[in-house]
Amino acid sequence: MALDAQAAARAAASVPGLPQDAVGPVFREPWEAQAFAMTLALHDRGLFSWKEWAEALALEIKRAQAAGDPDTGETYYQHWLAALERLVAQKGVATRDTLVRYRDAWDHACERTLHGQPIELKPDDFR
Amino acid sequence: MTHDHDHDHDHEHSELSETQLRVRALETILTEKGYVDPAALDLLIETYEKKVGPRNGARVVAKAWTDPAYRAWLLKDANAAIASVGYAGRQGEHMVVLENTPKRHNMVVCTLCSCYPWPVLGLPPVWYKSAPYRSRAVADPRGVLREFGVELPAETEIRVWDSTSEVRYLVLPMRPEGSAGWSEEKLADLVTRNSMIGTGLAKRPEELE
Repeated sequence: MALDAQAAARAAASVPGLPQDAVGPVFREPWEAQAFAMTLALHDRGLFSWKEWAEALALEIKRAQAAGDPDTGETYYQHWLAALERLVAQKGVATRDTLVRYRDAWDHACERTLHGQPIELKPDDFR
Repeated sequence: MTHDHDHDHDHEHSELSETQLRVRALETILTEKGYVDPAALDLLIETYEKKVGPRNGARVVAKAWTDPAYRAWLLKDANAAIASVGYAGRQGEHMVVLENTPKRHNMVVCTLCSCYPWPVLGLPPVWYKSAPYRSRAVADPRGVLREFGVELPAETEIRVWDSTSEVRYLVLPMRPEGSAGWSEEKLADLVTRNSMIGTGLAKRPEELE
């Protein structure tokens, strides 16, 4: 298997609500495509099945709705990302703490990077 | 060019949204643990070049090809002219449009900092990220263009523009021959992302699928 349009089409067919056009998935912003691609890669590695993923995503959407998410479709990939973080933690790939630590490190990298320069993560960012 | 002074403080350091930070965190961890290969991810994401964001750029170019008044406005006040065709987004701010002519070809290099104007240009190409592209484009733009399959006449001057924190560029490619009388919608299909960053030309009508 590979990360390609066919794999993406299979994902689109297996995951309810995925925004798509006649050809395949569509994204509102670049990060959505990144989140989608990572999920495809993890599925490809066998970390979860599409059934498992769809359940995790549905649970995340239910949680968000209970917390007052308007569910207009605009937040679909927000739920997607939350589900991905949760599943990655559940499968023992990265704990919540690790996720937060890396998020903070990127935030730090951002702050020390002048605008117009590429943002890169360095060991010092994990202070 | 309009300049929104409210955003001046943002120019001091880079900014990623909370969501972008989380996505980067995940990708870094998954890469370090060997679960994902960033190059493979990039390759997949590249296939969605035309599936991300509003991609206003092609419409802007097509309109400029057909409407001289719009073209003049676009060259004078890109922000307002681009915004008039729809959402341009925060990251599309401070746009300047560079017009390609038989005499001058414009090409843009970018560090792919947090401010790449994706709402207008669509997804950035993967090779944009590479430092070699950046330095080579400046040193040997004609050679880089040749690698992209673009051979320009020797008399065409090539100018390379470096995106800065203040200015993002959109190249207005030359309208290809054989497209007279086409609708804006049809013309927009000829406008590729690479033609809007100057590493390519607009498609010729016979190149359309």
